[in-house]
Amino acid sequence: MNRLIRLLPILLMMAASAAWGELVIRVTQGNDKPTIIAIAPIAMNGIAVGQDIGSIVEADLQRSGLFRVTPRRDMLAFPSRAADVYYRDWRLLGSEYLVVGSAGLIEDGRLELEFSLLNVGAQKVEFKHRVRGRTNEVRDLAHLISDKVYEEITGIKGAFSTRIAYVSAIRNDGKYTYRLNVADADGAREKLMLESPEPIMSPSWSPDGKELAYVSFETGRPAIFRQNLVTAARQQLTNFKGLNGAPSWSPDGTKMALVLSKDGNPEIYLLDLASGKFSRLTRHFAIDTEPTWMADGKHLLITSDRGGTPQIYKLNIASGVTERLTFKGNYNARPSLAPDGRTLALVHRESTTFHIASFDLKTGRMIELTETRLDESPTVAPNGAMLMYATKQGDRGVLSAVSLDAGVRYILPAKNGDVREPAWSPFLR
Amino acid sequence: MKTSFNKAGLATILFSLVLAGCSSAPVEDSSTDIEDTSVQTGQVDASAIEESAAVEEAAMVTSADTVFYFDFDKALLKPESRAALLEHAAVLNSNPRSVRLEGHADERGTREYNMALGERRANAVKEFLVLQGVSGGLIEVISYGEERAASYGSNEGAWSMNRRVELK
Repeated sequence: MNRLIRLLPILLMMAASAAWGELVIRVTQGNDKPTIIAIAPIAMNGIAVGQDIGSIVEADLQRSGLFRVTPRRDMLAFPSRAADVYYRDWRLLGSEYLVVGSAGLIEDGRLELEFSLLNVGAQKVEFKHRVRGRTNEVRDLAHLISDKVYEEITGIKGAFSTRIAYVSAIRNDGKYTYRLNVADADGAREKLMLESPEPIMSPSWSPDGKELAYVSFETGRPAIFRQNLVTAARQQLTNFKGLNGAPSWSPDGTKMALVLSKDGNPEIYLLDLASGKFSRLTRHFAIDTEPTWMADGKHLLITSDRGGTPQIYKLNIASGVTERLTFKGNYNARPSLAPDGRTLALVHRESTTFHIASFDLKTGRMIELTETRLDESPTVAPNGAMLMYATKQGDRGVLSAVSLDAGVRYILPAKNGDVREPAWSPFLR
Repeated sequence: MKTSFNKAGLATILFSLVLAGCSSAPVEDSSTDIEDTSVQTGQVDASAIEESAAVEEAAMVTSADTVFYFDFDKALLKPESRAALLEHAAVLNSNPRSVRLEGHADERGTREYNMALGERRANAVKEFLVLQGVSGGLIEVISYGEERAASYGSNEGAWSMNRRVELK
């Protein structure tokens, strides 16, 4: 029987801000020995931007779990220039580092923030830096400050300026509303990309961070689409009988690995995006799905149950040869590779509970990272520090994050609906 | 099968296709064409285009069960599904019509793997019907994976209701 009603999805331009419930973050577990940092309020010099830049930076650093923030109420002074800092005041508060800064307007009307990172113990300025942006880009500027401070102290590139894509589903009187959203990595500035009464699944970022590929059932069947986040231009890439799923963009952006079952059962295919040509990579009666690219662009990691249970296999694209990688546990699926090219985040089941685990491709060591239940869809931040995943809180789907050493955790509870399938963007600048 | 288009519905479809500038007509077979389905929203915040093809429902001549359940991570038909499926096969053989088999999985396990599992279950039902003489061309298989639960709750009671194939 045909679908009786078919609704075309509502598309919103990225620029149009939507007032959906934003994610609120709660840190549930931090690092044992966090670095103590004080962020003095940024001196705004009478410029009204409607947001407290210093608090955004504080929240970013706190969320990383590697920092503890000196409360503003404890501060004895609010210096905005390194020259005005009395190091002794900050040492008494236990602050190891201090950020001071001030705002100004430049000729084209843009906001300029000048900020310094001070090492309290050594009594010296680590760096002085300047960022500029429009007055409605205050959050971007704040995240840039966080990135710069985080990188200086930890040696790891900050990922506070990145974004996450995710799917939410709301059920009301038996009717569904599925949404594909994009938000800042901290959950703020949620933007609606696609809304449909039919399922939306499997968002995947293009390597340049400008597009998303995903599965939408809006035609009454699953089909893969790509959509530009700025222009909202979209294109349907597949329209085959059966499964059209699990799109994954190649590291060079020219190809997409995906799953089609048009020949009888789920197989991995490669789509050349320029020519539109499909090539089949697997030939097996088992389920082959969830391809993800290795950094060399020559291998895929896939989930296959060809051995009896779902396990991770490495697939050589040129030869079609597969090699089983996981043996511990009765369910290992949905691989997501960390930027080090060797740590794999995956869905792992030892006996009956699904957790997120990390799997070292070199040593074969599997470490469970999560303690919640029904954990799925791991996605690693582009700096490899944290991974985000979907889990359940009561009967509701929420997003949660954990560091790759399992030392830091936070959750992003949604205000309404089920939130699932997070996909962490690449670095955007 | 009797098919009648409601005029307003048809007009809506045509209008939608013009507006959307895309071919969203369902295709029954595979196609390698890449279609440009871009919807330009311009300055308008949101555009809700409704498309409603009204197809008259063919009366079911059997009251046999239309939902068939499965074990976890399995796509084997259960013995208790046989009687109802035999009835459906008999009806479809005497009065052929297009049917849709929608395969589903419970929430455990990964979403794309569950899409594959839902399809495998629907294919198991299809194969049974085909073995009983029903033309495979009349049967469309669609998997919803774990995206459309029949029962809510994270317990075996709900999960067992969700591991299913619905004949429509």
